[in-house]
Amino acid sequence: MTARTGGSFILDDPAPLVDALRADGWRVIGPREGDGAIVYDEIETAADLPRGFVDEQDGGHYRLRESGNDRWFDYVVGPQNWKKWLFPARQKLWSATRTADGFDIDPEKVEFPKTALFGTRACEIAAIEIQDRVFDNGDFADAGYRHRRENTLIVAVQCARSAPTCFCSSMNTGPRAEAGFDIALTELEDGGFFVECGSDRGAEILDRIDATAADAAAEEAAQAVTEQAAQMQMRSMPENIAGLLKDSLDHPRWAEVADRCLSCANCTLACPTCFCSDVEDVNDLSGDHTERWRVWDSCFSLDFSYIHGGAVRRSTLSRYRQWMTHKLSSWHDQFDTSGCVGCGRCITWCPVGIDITEEAAAFAAEPAEPADAGGLET
Amino acid sequence: MEALLAQDPMLPRRYRVKRVWKELGDVASLELEPIDGEPVPFQPGQFNMLYAFGVGEVAISISGDPADGSGLVHTIRNVGAVSAALTKVSDGDVIGVRGPFGTAWPVAQETGRNIVFVAGGLGLAPLRPAIYHVLQNRAHYSGLTLIYGARSPDDLLYAEEIKSWKSRFDTEVEITVDHAAPGWTGQVGVVTIGLDKALAGIDKAEVSAFLCGPEIMMRFSVMSLTAAGVPEERIWVSMERNMKCAVGFCGHCQFGPDFICRDGPVFRHDQVSRLISKKEV
Repeated sequence: MTARTGGSFILDDPAPLVDALRADGWRVIGPREGDGAIVYDEIETAADLPRGFVDEQDGGHYRLRESGNDRWFDYVVGPQNWKKWLFPARQKLWSATRTADGFDIDPEKVEFPKTALFGTRACEIAAIEIQDRVFDNGDFADAGYRHRRENTLIVAVQCARSAPTCFCSSMNTGPRAEAGFDIALTELEDGGFFVECGSDRGAEILDRIDATAADAAAEEAAQAVTEQAAQMQMRSMPENIAGLLKDSLDHPRWAEVADRCLSCANCTLACPTCFCSDVEDVNDLSGDHTERWRVWDSCFSLDFSYIHGGAVRRSTLSRYRQWMTHKLSSWHDQFDTSGCVGCGRCITWCPVGIDITEEAAAFAAEPAEPADAGGLET
Repeated sequence: MEALLAQDPMLPRRYRVKRVWKELGDVASLELEPIDGEPVPFQPGQFNMLYAFGVGEVAISISGDPADGSGLVHTIRNVGAVSAALTKVSDGDVIGVRGPFGTAWPVAQETGRNIVFVAGGLGLAPLRPAIYHVLQNRAHYSGLTLIYGARSPDDLLYAEEIKSWKSRFDTEVEITVDHAAPGWTGQVGVVTIGLDKALAGIDKAEVSAFLCGPEIMMRFSVMSLTAAGVPEERIWVSMERNMKCAVGFCGHCQFGPDFICRDGPVFRHDQVSRLISKKEV
């Protein structure tokens, strides 16, 4: 433990921090501007960060534009999230080679260099902690995921603004990250960064930087930044939604939202907690070498529920219902937490602008009658 | 569970096909033995992920005798690419096995009870290990009945074995088929007909029932059982959904709050009764 663990400091800009991480051997993944959106990719210097950009978000709408100022982190979350790095969309599990009397299996060794997730937002830390539970469920642990997480350092950015799609306040996941980071940055209103050190590993990095200790006024200013972001939030999740949905499987609202849903799976890809996967077997032309790959999958695809004789969830209604009841209700039964962190990605990246908070509010406004006829009763 | 955490749950072990034999036109049974190391013990009702080289993996219940450590038996119907490859293996071939996974039929806990097995089609295969257990410990149970429904007389699985069970004085067997063929002198109709008949002479409060088959068959069988007075907390069903990982990672087998691979496949009926009557869950 260094003197800096648990301390707070002031930095003029994030550049020394990026440099210190890289000097200490950390690969730094952070926000960058790519294809007109915020994407998470490797950064070499702070100059790679999308400084001076801000996003416009709404249901089915996203634009990244220049903000006209030189603030570093005024945009919020984009289409990508950190699962791209911690739970890659395609992972080779093992390969096998045919032999004279059978086949040999070669396990795939996961190599993940020590990696700093730079610019992680509070909702995203919550999402990572949720996936931690998914991939170590008490009976089984995903060794590759665990290895990546052990080699991960989190540099959080406390949000200074919220998009209209953000609703982390109502999910109790943000906008201020109180824990779960090694270092957290708050970009203050009048420039400069309030730096919180959350772990020994964070302190080791901060030891490399010439940062002055923060005073109480700076801490107050940092609190005001996230309070302001919280106050900007326009959407919220009804508190009792987990219980409500349990009794609403036959609610007429499902048919109504299914009429709009394209079953395109965008929401599940953009969601930072969605974890479903498929496996693929890839053979070479000789047929003697095969590989088994694990790939992202979505409960919105028809094949997802296929068993001999056909898919169990044939209708869009049943697939939307599966996604939403899982995310907001049965996730609690499975992992003792909601599967939603209020990041709003599923709202922004839904091509028809379906808004999970609006759907939830519809269930809250008209709780199901026991004899509802609108759903799929048999 | 420490042992499970220690190994990569997605990595198959290689098993050699000791013997393969045809059960029905499109159904084969495979007896397997591990190439490296000892066979892993299993409980009746559990399943394995069987892997055919270069084709893929599929969840198959274990259909052999849990007390017989000599081989691991699975009964497979050819319904897709992987099951086709698995039913076409020859003696001596090598396949991959992960498992065993999932919950078990709690037959060993139900001693003293009147045991009723209700099977539909290939649903008899996951029940057979439990049937073996009761047959081997018959004195510990007050009764044993198997109600088995198949599409046609030609689709009756383990027909010779069922005959030998039927010939025992301590075992009742009721067989129904959906469609009779020339020469069939038995019952025609749905499983519940045989169920009502079998329940007629026994004390319903003493019954512990284990059901495996198509969901609709299990639903109507449960209705018959509970209407006759069998306590709901003495009824177990085995559920089926798409499965890719069998360890709770892939999300495919979710049934409401439950992962069928970890929380099931065997559920006490009241655990799933809320959802089993809903379509497309």
